[in-house]
Amino acid sequence: MNTFASIKTGIVASIPMIVGGIPFGILFGSLASSYGLSPWFAIAMSAIVFAGSAQFVALGLIALNAPIWVIVSTTFIVNLRHLLYAADMVKYVKHLPFSTRLIMGFGLIDETYAAVRPLYTTGALNDKTGHKAYLGSFIAFYVMWNITTVLGVLSGELIPGMSEWGLEFAMVATFIGIITPYLKNQPFWLCLFSAGASSILLVDLPNNLGLLSSAVIGVLVGFFAEQKKKRHENVTQFEGVDS
Amino acid sequence: MSVLQSVMIILGMFVVTFGVRFVLLARAHKVTMPSYVEQGLKYVPVAVLTAIITPMVLMPSGEMDVSFDNPWLLGALAAFLVGIFRQQQLLTIVTGVLVFFVARYAL
Repeated sequence: MNTFASIKTGIVASIPMIVGGIPFGILFGSLASSYGLSPWFAIAMSAIVFAGSAQFVALGLIALNAPIWVIVSTTFIVNLRHLLYAADMVKYVKHLPFSTRLIMGFGLIDETYAAVRPLYTTGALNDKTGHKAYLGSFIAFYVMWNITTVLGVLSGELIPGMSEWGLEFAMVATFIGIITPYLKNQPFWLCLFSAGASSILLVDLPNNLGLLSSAVIGVLVGFFAEQKKKRHENVTQFEGVDS
Repeated sequence: MSVLQSVMIILGMFVVTFGVRFVLLARAHKVTMPSYVEQGLKYVPVAVLTAIITPMVLMPSGEMDVSFDNPWLLGALAAFLVGIFRQQQLLTIVTGVLVFFVARYAL
């Protein structure tokens, strides 16, 4: 596979989530105008921070006049999940030059991880092609996110009330589109139910800590369910072996 | 909000966001993950994304609303069913969004 074909693979795998991201980016821009923020502030945030859900959380905090340290530390917590994505990507990037890893780090978003990472498992991508597909996906999302932010800022000034339409549902649908392909065995279902139930029970924890704790609970439940399943399978395979 | 405050917010957000994303990739050539960490990481996307969207879907106005009057729930259920049974991402997203907007504005 040549470079162009690899880049194209990454872009094609990203198309469904780019479609889902368009309303979300427009909403971000229009929310920023409805809060009376400078257009440049929203545009610069999308270009420099490039973190969809954290940008929304930050806007909400700015509207509440939260101090800067609260905005920054909340951003940190909301984005901690990316540390886990990075941990999963380590084995695929360790041979790459530092500068390539730098760009990949900047572009490590839910959607690019979700679009590209499974292609390593299926064998569609490997050590030589994977980062090119990843960069293709990153560039596609980056262009989309910045254009839709500008469109949102402009349309938010022209069409007041746009931020009430419920455009953020597009993010919900996109994330469901990322989740469902994983649900092929019991540990993943248990992970889904435990993370979902915890997120409701812990919704009142401050600073998005409910999100972080629920994510950890979901991961642990999935992990231990898999261990139990494996032990069970081993026991039925080797009757009488002490596990 | 002053220009200085705007710059501080964006710079601060950039530093923590990029830092979290890059710190492990920067040291990738020196990091080896224990196998149990690798096994746990598989569950990260499902756990994180479910934890983000469940409160949005079940508590759209801050209180539990499990009813057919809740367009968030209807849209999410539609997307979920299409995702499970048809396994096409674009169809999943588009169906969910359509059901949400029909339920919200047409019913």
